Amino acid sequence: MAVLTFLLRFLPFLLFGRKERPSPVLDSLNKLLPSAIIAVLVVYCLKDMNFRRIDNFVPELIAVAVVALLHLWRRNNLISIGGGAVVYMLLVQLVF
Amino acid sequence: MKAELRYAVRQTLPVMIGYLFFGTAFGLMLQNIGYNFLWAMLASLVIYAGSMQFVLVSLLAGAFNLPAVILMTLTINSRHFFYGLPFLKKFREMGKAYLYMVFSLTDETYALLCSVWIPDHLDGKKVRFFIALFNHLYWITGSTLGALGGALLNIDLKGIEFTMTALFIVIFIEQWISATKITRVPAVVGLLCGLVLRLILGPDRFILPALIVTVTILLVLRPSLDRRSGEKEEEGSSVPSKR
Repeated sequence: MAVLTFLLRFLPFLLFGRKERPSPVLDSLNKLLPSAIIAVLVVYCLKDMNFRRIDNFVPELIAVAVVALLHLWRRNNLISIGGGAVVYMLLVQLVF
Repeated sequence: MKAELRYAVRQTLPVMIGYLFFGTAFGLMLQNIGYNFLWAMLASLVIYAGSMQFVLVSLLAGAFNLPAVILMTLTINSRHFFYGLPFLKKFREMGKAYLYMVFSLTDETYALLCSVWIPDHLDGKKVRFFIALFNHLYWITGSTLGALGGALLNIDLKGIEFTMTALFIVIFIEQWISATKITRVPAVVGLLCGLVLRLILGPDRFILPALIVTVTILLVLRPSLDRRSGEKEEEGSSVPSKR
């Protein structure tokens, strides 16, 4: 398990890392890729939401909105993340 | 050195909360099936892959089945293949730390390294290394503590896993704000591919197809995105009054 995980992380370096100058395709892909992957990861974090059960999507939606609004308002990572997590914990523990 | 350490601690604070919690949960589960804290520590030290380690617990609890281990690892962790791409050059420049940086590239470390802004007076290589190292240490600490005394923990922490989700949302918003119209295209592509494939394939097997489709679409769009962002820059510098 450890070996395979490391190999998966190492594979791109094996495949593309040797060249002195990365190809232009890879170069511009690397400018585009991070923001796309972060977006996929947001979906990945929320993958277990289930719209057929009210306690399984309402807390998530509210907490996501809280994080977004806090962040647009203060732009402080810790406030947005802390605030969102506290709201989510209160919702899943006390309300739903 | 001190300034870099402090900066890295601040940047990794959200991950610290999440990793300590998840690590504790992992340690506790491992302890429950009869492996003590040394095993939890060892697993977190050498495997260091969150969701994979929870699978490890269920695999250890049942009969050992090597093909299952291999298959599960490949399906769950194959997304990591994409994480190295932006860092091909940066990690190589880090000399001795190179292999460690590759090894420690988890979802959260990847996201932080992609988004971190390094002030001029700090050594970027050191900051990146400390970010990776601290995240790993939080994870190991959490697992060890969980195996040692997780059961003593009385506070209900249900829901604290949302710190990780919130971290990715914040990074997403930051990238969205700092992007231009054209550089927002990848974010939209990623979001749509993620959503569509999640709906079609379900929560357990959508991530790799979603990433592959995202990369494919970006490769197709790349020439036109490159051209248009080039035009935009020229426009901005030479004929600012055009619009």
